[in-house]
Amino acid sequence: MKWQKLGQIFEFDKSPFSDRYASHAQSPQALVLEDRVRIFFSTRKIDKEHKFLSYVQYVDYAPDFKSIIGYSDHEVIPLGDLGCFDEHGIFPLSPTKAGNKIYGYTNGIARRVSVDVESGIGFAVSTDNGETFQKLGHGPILSASINEPFLVGDAFVQVFDGQFHMFYIFGKKWSEPTEDQAPERVYKIGHATSADGINWQKTDGFIIADKVDENECQALPTVIKIGKRYHMYFCYRHMAGFRTEKGKGYRLGYAYSEDLVKWTRDDEHAGIDLSEDGWDSEMMCYPNIFEFNNSVYLLYNGNNFGKYGFGIAKLVKE
Amino acid sequence: MFKWNKLGKVFDPTAIKDKPWLHEYAQAPATLIFDDFVRVYFSCRPKRDSQGQFVSYSAFLDLDRKDLFKIVNIADEPILKLGKKGCFDEFGTYPVSVIKAGDEIRAYYAGWTRCSSVPFNTAIGFAKSVDQGRTFQKLGDGPVLSFSPEEPFVLSGPKIRRFNDKFYLFYIAGKKWVIANERPEISHKIRLATSDDGINWAKHNKDLVPDSWGKNESQASPDVFYANGKYHMFFCGWVPASFRETKSRKIGYASSTDLMHWTRDDSKVGIEISEGDAFDNEMLAYPHVFELDGKIYMLYLGNEVGRHGFGLAELEGELK
Repeated sequence: MKWQKLGQIFEFDKSPFSDRYASHAQSPQALVLEDRVRIFFSTRKIDKEHKFLSYVQYVDYAPDFKSIIGYSDHEVIPLGDLGCFDEHGIFPLSPTKAGNKIYGYTNGIARRVSVDVESGIGFAVSTDNGETFQKLGHGPILSASINEPFLVGDAFVQVFDGQFHMFYIFGKKWSEPTEDQAPERVYKIGHATSADGINWQKTDGFIIADKVDENECQALPTVIKIGKRYHMYFCYRHMAGFRTEKGKGYRLGYAYSEDLVKWTRDDEHAGIDLSEDGWDSEMMCYPNIFEFNNSVYLLYNGNNFGKYGFGIAKLVKE
Repeated sequence: MFKWNKLGKVFDPTAIKDKPWLHEYAQAPATLIFDDFVRVYFSCRPKRDSQGQFVSYSAFLDLDRKDLFKIVNIADEPILKLGKKGCFDEFGTYPVSVIKAGDEIRAYYAGWTRCSSVPFNTAIGFAKSVDQGRTFQKLGDGPVLSFSPEEPFVLSGPKIRRFNDKFYLFYIAGKKWVIANERPEISHKIRLATSDDGINWAKHNKDLVPDSWGKNESQASPDVFYANGKYHMFFCGWVPASFRETKSRKIGYASSTDLMHWTRDDSKVGIEISEGDAFDNEMLAYPHVFELDGKIYMLYLGNEVGRHGFGLAELEGELK
């Protein structure tokens, strides 16, 4: 695979969102509309406890990805009620076209006491091209199970050969805290299938081999079929030290498959890596692949988990 | 109306001095009948932890089959370990319900974790015993029954039953966190899931029993017993708005012929709080009905939701 970077296209500080939100434009995810590409992302407010709350917003790009021709200045999807799985944030929202509706798969975040957070995958439907989403119930459609005990989230859903496929992540471990380190999480990529996009059957287990070590954290899978082959991009990092130590933070990983079940990890052929300097020189994370005007594009965040915005690359060679 | 004759208090956990994990409380009794004894599972607590909060464990004691007031054995250790860091059952395993399945004994329990905006959340875990129910091993670190769009939080109070070769899990699911006197109080309702293997469950996704005590009433401990062509459910409940002030829990009753549709009739319950200074002169809670040697009994909690133990009553006549 070979990607051509088109650069950072969204800068939070220069955007109209900087008046209403504190920071961040994380996990950009594309919905291709007739005359524009709507890019959902999660941005943050700071609450009374001085903690972050993540909210979904979107920005509309003209087909050249250079000019912004619209953006949300309303609530796209509300956070959950008291005690719900998505009370303290939705990050990210992943849109999938389903007939004339848009299905939105959310990663809901709720705070815990002994560890930072718990998460689950929620389901919402939009009938207005993604301007607003209505949730199905107050709880998640996919959450913890016997072998996936916590932190189920980051759903990416596509229909392949008439069946809904979900790639998502689940937690495997919270490390025991030490004097200078809070509990850190370990999470892996999983797979589930569905006939209707709502009721899911988990494959139950890891599908992507580790590269770093058994504590490698894998997040935000995104999959595209080109010809007969399925290509998956995701981000991965070390369990600890990933916030500050260069080389331990998020990078993009790559795997391919012929059947959506068996995946071969092949980061060497990802065709995209950190820049020498600039906005994506220390970290690349939260990839989202989509097709538009007969080209394949990759949205992603750069340094600092997307605090400053996101960028895009174009596939130039399979 | 049924008629339950109280026989007295069976077990006082505060009398146990050599088990720090069994300091007080003996909640949610559930029986498993052996040849010579009746094993009663219950949930108990050590003293409050460094954050001033309780964790809960589950354990058992064995009662002489011929004299249910004679305790012949008490568990040396809790039957289940608390969950690992960040797991759904890190802070408690309460309550527990057991069933024999071939050579093994299966346990369904509510696991407790602590939350930030509300005090707790619970989901239902699963474990197996191959030593006659003395210890149980979990299948994995996560729950067997968890949250869904219509059951967003607080899945608890499992009662496992097997009827007509199918597993039935009666449990409760949170409906709403109600703010009462500036604190969140949970309102939950009785629910049902069915399964062929006891591991993969299909939720019925309906409240089984209508409200009768008040707005947002919390229903708990749905204990189902089959007799005379009918399924009888004894359960307990309270109203969240007055949860902290009143010392009352109530016992309710519903019946069904198909396990799916239930008719509530609390007027048939037939057991009342005691008078005088008895251990159950303020409340009755967490009923559990079982049959032994031709008689039908009910175990139940007394004051402070079983802080000082549970009592036994015997049915006069039949359940019908």
